[in-house]
Amino acid sequence: MAAPPRPESLALLDRLVAALEAKGIVTEAEIADRQSNTDKASPETGARMVARAWTDPTYRALLLSDGRAAAEAMGVSMAGAPPLGVLENTPARHHLVVCTLCSCYPRAVLGYPPGWYKSFAYRSRAVREPRVVLAEWGVSLPDSVEVRVVDSTADYRWMVLPMRPAGTDGWDEARLAALVTRDAMVGVAVPRAG
Amino acid sequence: MPDDPRTPATHDIGGLARFHCTPVEHDEAPPDGFGKRVDALRQVLAQKKLMTVDELRRGIESIPEGEYFDLGYYERWLRSIAALMVEKGHVGPEVLR
Repeated sequence: MAAPPRPESLALLDRLVAALEAKGIVTEAEIADRQSNTDKASPETGARMVARAWTDPTYRALLLSDGRAAAEAMGVSMAGAPPLGVLENTPARHHLVVCTLCSCYPRAVLGYPPGWYKSFAYRSRAVREPRVVLAEWGVSLPDSVEVRVVDSTADYRWMVLPMRPAGTDGWDEARLAALVTRDAMVGVAVPRAG
Repeated sequence: MPDDPRTPATHDIGGLARFHCTPVEHDEAPPDGFGKRVDALRQVLAQKKLMTVDELRRGIESIPEGEYFDLGYYERWLRSIAALMVEKGHVGPEVLR
C-alpha cells in the first residue's frame, strides 16, 4: 500500500493548478473531466476485445494487425494514445509485458496500471528471470514454451491476446470475457475455464 | 553478474541484479485522489501539446536519488510536471518555492 502524499505535495499541486489556471492554460473542469474519463477505463474493455477475437476471426485479424483500430471498433477513444500492439499467445509462445523504464501501459483498454507493474522488482526481474516471476503468479510453463518479454514504451504499448481455454466451446462473448483478467492481458496469468 | 555501479538505482533498471530475489509485491490499490488528479493534469497538458511522456520521465529521472525514494509514485510525477512547466515558462518559479 502506497503512503499518502505529503502535505507539501498536495500544496504544490494546488499551487501548480492555480498558476496554470491563472494563465488560462487549464481549467479545473478539464482536469475533473479527464479524471472521470480515466476512471471509466478498465480491464473489462480489453477482456471484451479478447473474447470477440476468440469468436470472430475477422476481428481477431484486426486486433493482431492494428490494436488501436480494434479498440476503436469497440467504442474506445484512443485519441492521444500511442499505438497498441497485441501479441498472440500460442501453444509454443507466451508473452509477458513490462515497462522497464517506468509504467507505460495500455491504459485505454486496461485502466490504471496496478502498483506491482510499476514496482522495481517487476520492472527489473521480468526481463531477467521471467519464468521465476511467472511462477510467483502461479504460472509454470513447460520448457518447450518460449517466453517472449516485450517492453512497453512511451511510444508503443502492448497487450497480450491469451489462448482461449479448453472447455469453452459454444460459450458466448460475455461468458468468455468474464474469464479474461487484466493479469492475463499483461501475461502474468493464463485464463482457465472453471 | 553484478550491476554496473554507474547505473542509477532509479531508472533504467531492466535486468538489474540488485532486485533478484525481491518478490513482486502484489499491490493492487488504485491511485488515491491525489494520484488521479496528478495523472489527469498530465493528460490535459499532454493533450495541449505542452509536455510529452518522455519529458515527464526525464523530469522524474532528474530527481536526486536521496529524494526519489522518499517520494510516492505520483509525487514524483508532480515534481516533474511542475519543474517542466517552470522550465518552459508556462508558470513562474514561485510555484516550486
